[in-house]
Amino acid sequence: NHSMVGVIMADREERRFAEVSRESVKLMAESAGVELADDVAALLAEDVCYRLREATQSSSQFMRHAKRRKLTVEDFNRALRWSKVEAICGYGAQDALPFRSVKEGELFFIEDRDINLVELALATNIPKGCAETMVRVNVSYLDGKGNLEPQGTVPTAVQSLSDDLLKYYQQITRAILGEDPHLMKVALLDLQSNSKIAALLPYFVYVISGVKSVSHDLEQLNRLLHMVKSLVQNPYLYLGSYVRSLVSSVMYCILEPLAASINPLNDHWTLRDYAALLLSHIFWTHGDLVSGLYHQILLSLQKVLSDPVRPLCSHYGAVVGLHALGWKAVERVLFPHLPAYWANLQAVLDDYSVSNAQVKADGHKVYGAILVAVERLLKMKALSLSQPAELGSGGQPGSVGGAMGYRVSSPGLSPPPEPLSEAALGIASHLQAGGAGCPWEEWTPVPLPAMYCELYSFFGDSLAVRFSTGPGFGSFPPCAPSHSDGARKEPPGPASNPDTTRKMPQLTANLNISPRQDGSPQGMTRNKGPQVGFELGPLPRTQPTWGAPGPSRDVFPKARFTSPQTGLPVFSFLIGGRQMGRRCQGRRPFQTTFAPTPPLSAIAPRAYAHKLPVIGRVGKPVRRWACSHYSLHLPL
Amino acid sequence: THDLILHGSCFPFLNLAHAHFIFKMAAVQGGLADTNEEKDIKTEPSSDGFGNNNANDGRVLSTSPGSSASAGINKSATGAPEDQQTLLAVLQFLRKNKLTESVEILRREAGLPEDSPELKGSDSSGAGSGGAAGSGDKEGGDASSLLSRVTISSSAVAQTSSVTAAGEDQPDVNVVLSAYNQQGDPPLYQVYYSGLKKFIESVLDCHRAELSQLFYPLFVHMYLELVYNNHESEAKAFFEKFSGDQECYYEDDLRVLSSLSKREHMRGNETLMDFRTSKFVLRISRDSYQLLKRHLQERQNNQIWNIIQEHLYIDIFDGMPRSKGQIDAMSGSLAGEGKREANKAKVYYGLLKEPEIELPLDDEDEEAENEEGKPKKKKPKKDSMGSKSKKQDPNAPSQTRIPLPELKDSDKLDKIMYMKEATKRIRLGPDNLPSICFYSFLNAYQGLTAVDFTDDSSLIAGGFADSTVRVWSVTPKKLRKVKSAADLNLIDKESDDVLERIMDEKTASESKILYGHSGPVYGISFSPDRNYLLSSSEDGTVRLWSLQTFTCLVGYKGHNYPVWDTHFSPHGYYFVSGGHDRVARLWATDHYQPLRMFSGHLADVTCTRFHPNSNYVATGSSDRTIRLWDVLNGNCVRIFTGHKGPIHALAFSPNGKFLASGATDGRVLLWDIGHGLMIGELKGHTDTIYSLRFSRDGEILASGSMDNTVRLWDAMKAFDDLETDDFTAATGHVHLQDNSQELLLGTYMSKSTPVIHLHFTRRNLLLATGAYNP
Repeated sequence: NHSMVGVIMADREERRFAEVSRESVKLMAESAGVELADDVAALLAEDVCYRLREATQSSSQFMRHAKRRKLTVEDFNRALRWSKVEAICGYGAQDALPFRSVKEGELFFIEDRDINLVELALATNIPKGCAETMVRVNVSYLDGKGNLEPQGTVPTAVQSLSDDLLKYYQQITRAILGEDPHLMKVALLDLQSNSKIAALLPYFVYVISGVKSVSHDLEQLNRLLHMVKSLVQNPYLYLGSYVRSLVSSVMYCILEPLAASINPLNDHWTLRDYAALLLSHIFWTHGDLVSGLYHQILLSLQKVLSDPVRPLCSHYGAVVGLHALGWKAVERVLFPHLPAYWANLQAVLDDYSVSNAQVKADGHKVYGAILVAVERLLKMKALSLSQPAELGSGGQPGSVGGAMGYRVSSPGLSPPPEPLSEAALGIASHLQAGGAGCPWEEWTPVPLPAMYCELYSFFGDSLAVRFSTGPGFGSFPPCAPSHSDGARKEPPGPASNPDTTRKMPQLTANLNISPRQDGSPQGMTRNKGPQVGFELGPLPRTQPTWGAPGPSRDVFPKARFTSPQTGLPVFSFLIGGRQMGRRCQGRRPFQTTFAPTPPLSAIAPRAYAHKLPVIGRVGKPVRRWACSHYSLHLPL
Repeated sequence: THDLILHGSCFPFLNLAHAHFIFKMAAVQGGLADTNEEKDIKTEPSSDGFGNNNANDGRVLSTSPGSSASAGINKSATGAPEDQQTLLAVLQFLRKNKLTESVEILRREAGLPEDSPELKGSDSSGAGSGGAAGSGDKEGGDASSLLSRVTISSSAVAQTSSVTAAGEDQPDVNVVLSAYNQQGDPPLYQVYYSGLKKFIESVLDCHRAELSQLFYPLFVHMYLELVYNNHESEAKAFFEKFSGDQECYYEDDLRVLSSLSKREHMRGNETLMDFRTSKFVLRISRDSYQLLKRHLQERQNNQIWNIIQEHLYIDIFDGMPRSKGQIDAMSGSLAGEGKREANKAKVYYGLLKEPEIELPLDDEDEEAENEEGKPKKKKPKKDSMGSKSKKQDPNAPSQTRIPLPELKDSDKLDKIMYMKEATKRIRLGPDNLPSICFYSFLNAYQGLTAVDFTDDSSLIAGGFADSTVRVWSVTPKKLRKVKSAADLNLIDKESDDVLERIMDEKTASESKILYGHSGPVYGISFSPDRNYLLSSSEDGTVRLWSLQTFTCLVGYKGHNYPVWDTHFSPHGYYFVSGGHDRVARLWATDHYQPLRMFSGHLADVTCTRFHPNSNYVATGSSDRTIRLWDVLNGNCVRIFTGHKGPIHALAFSPNGKFLASGATDGRVLLWDIGHGLMIGELKGHTDTIYSLRFSRDGEILASGSMDNTVRLWDAMKAFDDLETDDFTAATGHVHLQDNSQELLLGTYMSKSTPVIHLHFTRRNLLLATGAYNP
């Protein structure tokens, strides 16, 4: 409460210092219960300014003698103390305190959070790991020569580890990479909650960077990724620059044509899905640390996607990676790239030769991934159009709940909802903030109907059907006037309508049989005539003019995606928090929203999986699906 | 016998001064006739408003009231009138308290005549008409007010011995400011100033630069007068109109001034006090000065003339007016340039004769080391060393000028080691630059504030902002404590390795932490024999630590304010400290009170350094001057001006002839101590220079800065260039060529680590230190 300092910058140019306005002085006096006349306040304000400047002046010499460039509160307090003035308390933080403004009142203040002293006092997990001060020497310039690079020692890793830490490190790595799954689980759990392992972080990061050497062993890769997840979730760790290394290891698992994927029996898809999930998780929880990487990652994903020489599994990785980075990434990279990519994919899918069987199966995986990605793109875009104001104000994504209701049932995977307005969370803005000279600036958003039409031209009804099957959709009455009866009939989920599940493969079978000659939506739909009941009413058929801006509301009814009836959202909003010093407490609250157990045991996704148009997976055993349900589940 | 502190000023030539004064008053009031102009010019420069200085005697003048207070014993000149009044007040106080003996002693010491009332009368009449010392200079009233002020300051400063210094330090604000009472018409100030400006702009080019020096002090005093007399708006207008004309290096001071707009603010403002208590010194050629005077007489511009009389000291010289470049090189300090007179005293900058040491051990060692014929070579070498040290340097002080401690056996051993190392020393030069090792302090979250190496580079110590001092061993030899007294009793004292046996092996570690200070440690210094460590801190103390027991031995109290720096004498025993109280103090390790107080700086003493011969001490200050003090008598023997920012680094060349200084302005200045001249300016650093060091033979100067670089400069070339030029030596006016780029031999970057200390090992390897700054 002592942080309300109103300061109005001096309007006169020749004075280069801030002044305290008389209004502020009056305000202060009022808070102390004193009425001040204008002239008194003015005199006081002037004197306060002068005293402040004087104190600042004399505090600067403490800074100079401490051989620093930054004036600290400590310096200021020393100056006050030597001039026999009471020191100010409560501002000794090492980090800069955020200085905020209230627009209406031209009021500026320092954010002053309440600290629960009881909690602080009783906290047993005081971060230690503060490394010892030491002197290290290196020969910088031999005979006055040497390279022109800056020289010197930089603390790369903590040089000395206590024996206990060393033991811990050995035990943990042995447990995680060992054979005993139970032991691994315990180790991972500890890794994600231990408060004293800051000193070991570089070592763990080093171990994880070993992904490249075990690319033949899916199991090991999986374990290393779990290790990443535990580290990322540990609220006491400040990842700092190590986050880059972690991200690059994760990216390796997503994109590289791993040696393990040569054998079709190896389910590397799951690994890629999990890695993508992890990537999105890192971005949501450590957004401030990785924000600089966002653009870089988008570019590398785009590069992989546009490289036809790369194997399909890499393409698959790129798609799920983009998907993990959010619908905006999909909109900007995948969507514009789709026409070009489609031709390749189509060629793979259309080749029925036996030798191509494996590749074709892979192609279907890619197809499925793209479908999932664009589905969410459409949904989120529709949402962002329909309720920008609501989200902009509070960032409360409650209304999204209906559209993505299935997510509720997957507690293990709780990536945060997408930011619909640019300001809500940091990530979206990085798109714009990205590098200069990239084509991002020229990018213009495609209107939703046009996008839908175009996507429909690729996916046909398998896209359309996605919008009628979500459990969220079944739970509220469709209110779009143009909604056809057929669409209303079908939604109620697989349990209530077993036909749906049975019919889905047929749909894909149709698709497989019908070679796409012209690529026109009309042709496609004609082929699929019998399944008309699954299609959404407002398909491009009824609105064949692409890009027509007018009736977007009718084409894609708003009501469908805003579902106020579904009640409160179950997932919560995550704010990427930095963990540093005392402020490490900041991340703890939302930590609880992540269930610590990996989502392997979740049941709901499987139910969902049954409802999806299963492309090219007809003959595969169901067991496999259970394993690779991530890919279906990913759509977050 | 060392206590010189109370030997304030004395009052010679009082009648003469009085006569001068009356003469001067007549001259001013009646306009100066051509006939006495010559005479007038001679008195003007040295008279300080009272005219009680006799400039014609040509003796050394006191440099400032401060220095005369502390070291006035051999001064012919008296200090400011405040000194006399203070003394009188002290006398009166003593008399009132019936301390007759003290009265006698004080009177004898100060050389006061028996009948003080008469003295006071003449004094006060002078003061009254002069108007400098005071409005209400009525007989007893003034004395009693002075008395109260003296008692207050003496109770504030616990030491009675520093009464005069303290009183001098903080003159009563009313007395000081009363000089501003008399005033002209406030709106006319702008007219006065712009009139003078117009005049100076219209004079010949050769005079313009010199006369332009007047702008800044005049501007400041006129502004302060306006503020003091509550003409706030006029003052503001005046400031806005003319502040832009001032030299850019006064920017910091102007910023302080601009924030000062009320009379109340002036109370306790140090910068203002500095302006008033010390005269701003200008050096102007006789021709330029005459031009100025004639102009002011013609215009009847008494306002400006008064300010010049009262607040400025114009040091007139015969000869060519100086160029703008020459003036800019020397100006920038808080109180103008140093007076030429201030730098005339003889300085014995030569090195002391090295004591002759017999090297019985040496031969054995050499023989053991080299089995071949090398020992034969050794003998002539030893002789040459001996003969070298036998020669007495004509510029060196006598060996016993300052009593120095006798060498212990261990010191002799160390000297031998030093000589051995010296034979292996690498000869440096522009073509043979030193290798640099960087000692990085990692994880120094506490804030590294000071570093020092022992001379043999075996130990490194760091002072930290968290009040700790940490000592590391740089060699594999670990740091050990001496055993406890009980354990020491058990040792066989006759054994040969007794020195080894007294050490407690259990305490061996790479580093030790010394706790004791209660504020950031700003200065740190090893004793030459590596037995002690000094640290100075914000808590106002200097502490002496034993490196045998790693405990604090003494806390030297006296500064009472943050102590910014401390440095051991190269011969041990003595050390110097300087701090926020603007005083540098000389101490001996076995005295808990200072032996000398060097006062005269107008702002904080930021760095202190002993001369290699231990007879002198150099101090740098935030008043942007460097002073050299004589340890023997406490006199200030050199004032160097030219830096444009607070000075943070000083280094003497190994031969004792030169001084290098570095400041926040990022420049290194080189000074010739013997001649009292600036002889070089090294530009290149972009931030504060925190460390300077000459190589062991003085060929290379290394500078370390906040800008994360170490730069090497060709010191030999810089000094050689000077010696060919005897004109500058004669006139005292430097003409520096801008050859920084030629002298810069290399720039070496660190990784985000400000360089705060540099050290050349005995073999000329350069060690740099700093804390990694993420």
